[in-house]
This record gives sequence, C-alpha cells and structure tokens, in this order.
Amino acid sequence: MSQPPELEGYKLTPEQEKRRRMRSWAIAGGLAFLVVLFYIIAVVKVTGSAGHGG
Amino acid sequence: MTDVGLQLDQQAGTEVGVSSASVGDYIALLKPRVMSLVVFTSIVGLVLAPGGLHPALAVVAILAIAVGAGASGALNMWYDADIDAVMSRTANRPVPAGRVTPGEALGFGLALSLFSVMTLGLATNWFAGAFLAFTIFFYAVIYTMWLKRWTPQNIVIGGAAGAFPPMVGWAAVTGGVSLESFLLFAMIFVWTPPHFWALALVKSEDYRRAGVPMLPNVAGPAATRRQIVLYSVILAPLGVAPALTGMASPVYGVIAAAAGLAFLWLAWRLLRRSEGKPATKAAWQLFGYSIFYLFGLYAALLADHVIRHLPGAA
Repeated sequence: MSQPPELEGYKLTPEQEKRRRMRSWAIAGGLAFLVVLFYIIAVVKVTGSAGHGG
Repeated sequence: MTDVGLQLDQQAGTEVGVSSASVGDYIALLKPRVMSLVVFTSIVGLVLAPGGLHPALAVVAILAIAVGAGASGALNMWYDADIDAVMSRTANRPVPAGRVTPGEALGFGLALSLFSVMTLGLATNWFAGAFLAFTIFFYAVIYTMWLKRWTPQNIVIGGAAGAFPPMVGWAAVTGGVSLESFLLFAMIFVWTPPHFWALALVKSEDYRRAGVPMLPNVAGPAATRRQIVLYSVILAPLGVAPALTGMASPVYGVIAAAAGLAFLWLAWRLLRRSEGKPATKAAWQLFGYSIFYLFGLYAALLADHVIRHLPGAA
C-alpha cells in the first residue's frame, strides 16, 4: 500500500520564529510577574488585617 | 531581513494565521508616551490623597492604572486602525502597518483591561477598580467609538478620559472622590482642548483626510485659535486653584501663576499669528509648552506636598 504524500505546512522564517519565541518569553514573564504581584498583595493584605485585629 | 522581505513574510504568515508581531509592537499598542503622563498624574493623585496606602500596594495601584491606560490605548488602536492608516503621524502603528491583526489588538486590550481592573480592585478598593473600568470604557467607547468621529467637541468631552487617572489614584487611597481630586481632574480636562487643538492646527490636513471632525477642519483655524485662548483663560487660574483651596502652598501658587501666564501668552501669540510659517511655529510652540506646563504643574504639586510633609516641616 502506498503512503499518502506528506502535506507541506507553512514554515516560519527565522525572523518569525525569533519573534514568536520572544512573545512566548514575554507572556511567561508576564504570568510569573502576576504570580509575584498577587502574592505580594495577599501578604500585605493579610499582615495588614492581622495588624488591625481583623 | 529587509523590510520588503519581512512584509512579504507578514502577508504570507497572516494568510495562515501566523503572527509577525514583535514584543515591541505590543508595547507600542499601549501608547507608552500617553501612559507616562497617566502614571505621573495618578502618582500625584495617590500621594496628595489624605490617608495612607502601603507602599507595595501603592506601587501595584500605579502599575494597574498604567496597564489600564495601556489597555485603552490598545482598544483605541484596534478601533481606529482605518483612521491611523491615512494619517502620517499614526500610519506606522502596529495595526495599520499590518504587524498586529485587529483581533490581536482587541484581545490584548480586553485582557489587559480585565487584569488591570481586577488587580486595582483587589489591591486597593473596588471603587477605584470600578473607576478605572469606567475610565477605560470612557476612552475606548465614548471617545474612540462615538465622539471622535462625530463631533468637533470630541476632545473636549473625551478629554475626561485622560483627566480621570489622578482621581483614580486618589480613590485608590481614600475609596472615594473629593473637591481636591476633582480639581486635579479639572486641570487636565481644561488643558486638553488647547493642547490637542494646537496639534490639530498643524495636522489639520491629516485629520481632513481621515475624516475626523477636529475643530480646525469644522470651524476653521481662526475659530480654533479663539477657542484655544478661551480655554487658556480658564486654565491659567485653575492651575493656581490648589493654592487657594489649601491643597498646595503659596509658593506653588506663584509658580502656577507664572506658568499659566506663559501659557496665555503663547495662546495669544498663536491668535495673532494666523498665516504661514509663523502660525505653524506658534502652534508647535504652544503644543510643546502645554506638555511641559502640565508635567511642571503636577511636579510642583508633588514637590510642594513632599516638602510640606517632611519631618520637622511646619
């Protein structure tokens, strides 16, 4: 039985690959930053409430 | 890679759903220069507000307001891509230049709007969060989608969006608004028309091509110059008002009065020089000075407040 011909997909140029990689890093950095940000907000809010007897 | 090569790749990539946008293109969607003014004015609102906010939460609040401003910039660029494409000043923005698709800009703007409002609400209070949401809505919907293409008073009413940030900063601390925070709003609100009309006088051909009914295109340059003087007459004393309400010291009042007189003089000179290169130069000078004026006034308010609250100050 003969194999179907392999479909040729769209190949990213080196420039497009580089830009996609940079976008991925930026999204990862943004998400990590948000995690730290919400951690800080939580810590400050909790310690603030504890300080006020809440 | 050459620009032409990159453009061909962009076209081919767009056809199969591959983005050619760089991180810098997404940063450009946030309108960083507008954002810097928003950050600065909201810092002033936050610092001048009575009461206190934990320094870490204050930084988070400023960040959230900045991102909210950026989000409304992205939404503006999504909706205005057709206008931006025909104006020399904006033709190379990421959406009209084809580096970011309208859908990407819309998704980016909506996601950042949501994150910024939620973050401000969680970090400070939900009044401030709701106020930021309203500010984004006002800029993206009321100004961009409605006023901008409909009336020559677009930037008069729409200017409120740019004037809200110090009130949002104030609300982040106090959970509400007050006469003082309204004064901070009013200073930017009245400053906006002469600032943008000075630019519109120079770029009126761009606005005409784009079909945006700016005042110089609808009422003519002479009427625009008169309106600029009128708003400057209101703005100059308004800049001094914080010293009269006890929000700032008399030293601030003197600085604001001098800066306001200079603003008036430049507006008056623009009124008198209505032809040729001197007219264009006068418009550019007022436009440039107006940026310096607003930054200077808010910087003076900030410095005045800090000095008066130094330990040992009377």
